[in-house]
Amino acid sequence: MRRLATLLVLVAAVPASADSKLPPSALAYTQLRDPVQEARAKALMETLRCVVCQGQSIADSDAEMAGDMRALVRQRIKAGEQPAQIRRWMVQRYGDYVSYDPPLSWSTAPLWLAPLVLLGFGALLARRAFAKPRR
Amino acid sequence: MIAELGLAALWLAAAFAVVQVLLAWGAAKASRVTGERAAIAGVELMRALRLTTLVQGLLALLSFLLLIVLFIRSDMSVVLVAENSHSMKPLMYKVAGAWGNHEGSMLLWVTILAMSGAGVALFERRLASGTLAATLGAQAAIGLGFYAFLAFASNPFVRLNPAVTEGQGLNPLLQDPGLAFHPPTLYLGYVGLSVAFSFAVGALVMRDVGPAFAKAMRPWVLAAWIFLTIGITAGSYWAYYELGWGGWWFWDPVENASLMPWLAATALLHSVTVLATRDGLRAWTLMLAVVAFSMSMIGTFLVRSGILVSVHAFAVDPTRGTFILGLLGLYIGGALALFGARAGTVTQGSTFQLVSREGALVLNNLLLSVILGVVFIGTLYPLAAQAAGVQLSIGAPFFNKAIAPVALVLVIATAVGPLLRWRRDDLNVLLGKLLWPASAAGVTFAVMFVMTGATHLLTVLGLTFAAGLAVASVLPLGRRKLLRTPLHIWGMVAAHLGMAVSLAGMAADSAFTLERLAAIKVGDDVTVGPYRVILADVRPTIGPNWSGLEARLSVRRGDGRPFDLFPQQRFFSTPPTNTNEAAIRTMVDGQLYTVLGQGDDQGRWQLRLWWKPFVTLIWLGGGLIALGGLLALIGRVRRERRQADAETYA
Repeated sequence: MRRLATLLVLVAAVPASADSKLPPSALAYTQLRDPVQEARAKALMETLRCVVCQGQSIADSDAEMAGDMRALVRQRIKAGEQPAQIRRWMVQRYGDYVSYDPPLSWSTAPLWLAPLVLLGFGALLARRAFAKPRR
Repeated sequence: MIAELGLAALWLAAAFAVVQVLLAWGAAKASRVTGERAAIAGVELMRALRLTTLVQGLLALLSFLLLIVLFIRSDMSVVLVAENSHSMKPLMYKVAGAWGNHEGSMLLWVTILAMSGAGVALFERRLASGTLAATLGAQAAIGLGFYAFLAFASNPFVRLNPAVTEGQGLNPLLQDPGLAFHPPTLYLGYVGLSVAFSFAVGALVMRDVGPAFAKAMRPWVLAAWIFLTIGITAGSYWAYYELGWGGWWFWDPVENASLMPWLAATALLHSVTVLATRDGLRAWTLMLAVVAFSMSMIGTFLVRSGILVSVHAFAVDPTRGTFILGLLGLYIGGALALFGARAGTVTQGSTFQLVSREGALVLNNLLLSVILGVVFIGTLYPLAAQAAGVQLSIGAPFFNKAIAPVALVLVIATAVGPLLRWRRDDLNVLLGKLLWPASAAGVTFAVMFVMTGATHLLTVLGLTFAAGLAVASVLPLGRRKLLRTPLHIWGMVAAHLGMAVSLAGMAADSAFTLERLAAIKVGDDVTVGPYRVILADVRPTIGPNWSGLEARLSVRRGDGRPFDLFPQQRFFSTPPTNTNEAAIRTMVDGQLYTVLGQGDDQGRWQLRLWWKPFVTLIWLGGGLIALGGLLALIGRVRRERRQADAETYA
């Protein structure tokens, strides 16, 4: 009976957020040894979206899924892959949704052109406020 | 009984808002008629209008206070309390629970709206009575939409029959003193902009756009802007210490929703100064007032409707969604239509040369508007794409690339503007004044470039511009007697210096932060930057409504005195959630940020450690900006009072 009670307490003590019983991959929560590689991995992780969270990159999420994706990024960087390659692989697997850096395409052209268009339009409007320069 | 009283107060407030609109209409009409009898009627109407506005404000306040009472008493016979509270919650979070949900936050919104209307009615004495009446009428008309929304689609006082014995609790992430007061602060800012909007509508209706109107509107814009600044700064710090990964801004739609009104308010603050001082930029200032309030409505509604998470969340509750869209369309569309109809009759006012104080302020407005536009499009683009069947994400990479160049030019405008004279200035004189700021920037650039190389060009530029702005921002004090310098000049200097300080913090954080992720056993140690961190102990701990684990980290910097940090993991049961409580040590030159992660079966614990040099400058700068706003507000109001008194006795 006492053993059963101990077991129950142990079961209850398992943190509520752990999605599965598997331990997280080592590289989800530890860095690569080479600081240059780690910096490259980190920069990439900050631009990849955690697909199960609400608006967080995989670089700052506690979700198990984000941890797996971090481990994957670090493994591939360690194996010598380029960040652009890894991003392409992620996009193939999860869709454009996974990248916070939308590629320039027909569907994103208005987005990337917006700053220039706004600046040009604003400058035209602002010109009207100034007095004409005197000869 | 209390819930019914609250609902009754809400309906009564709505009824008074109707009366307020009618009285405002009458008073505005009477102000156009000349003659003694009309004048007397006008004065009577204005008195009644002021009183009605005051009563409406007090009734809304009563309704909101009654909702808080329901939450404090944990009255589980009210749906809203049962869904968002729990009897075991600490008192502060019971109170904060009243606005930590959709219905309660909308009631808070309308309460602040009605109270600020009452504030205008009580304190505004200098504006022409017709314009004031139209302003109060507009304020009541905005209020009516929200009363209708509360009564028909978001009633906070609905009863639950039968009552439940226990509530479902408040999201533990929200159970934090910073976040308890975060929404009210932001709402004060949003709603303060509603007053600016009402002033603009009043001025448009009465064709009374000039310095007097700008001076009446300015304190409200300033006050709203101060609250928005505090709200955003505090929200950023909350995200920084609560989310546990050391980030302080995520370009999350919810953050953007608070940034957009701030950008618009910042632009408005500067253009209203041109209107008040030089009677220029009339139409543009009106337009900005409309845009600023539109942004705060869009901000509130987008966050509250759930549409930002997904278009599909919006469809979950079509009544609310449609209502929200209807209100947005009505107010923004109505204001734009009024603007379109009257803008032709509003001349732009006095003109000026390109190289002048006004010129710099126009540049400021242009760049802020561009940034606002980029944030707006970047925030809503994924929604539009989703509606068209394309899934994409827009985050930090886009916003940083699109905004950073514009922001750096804006920093130059901020540095140069206060050094210019109104109307016309000499370019050569200006270049002479810029000697010191340019030297500071040049030295910083050289030092940083040697230290970090070309890899971090953007952060090097950030620090360079911050140094230049810091020096330039204090130059306006240069030839003045400091004690006799007007308070609003001090305010401007503090706010611009705050920009430089904050920018330096942002650049320093991204250039110098050192990260260390490790899994170690009790007794082992790791190093991060100049610190040696020993995991001394991990033990269970318990709080009022959570249990958890607490690590003791013994930390030493070089040969300095060791100190302890206690990062925690907390497990909340209602609703079941885990949170990380980071332990942060603030030094003169930065913060050591420590987080306890999970343990494994071999007795190792994950530790996440960051040494973030000068990161505190980000929020210190935010505080300075808000302080600058406060100084300017006090200075302006005092000066107005003095001038009003002088006119009375003249």
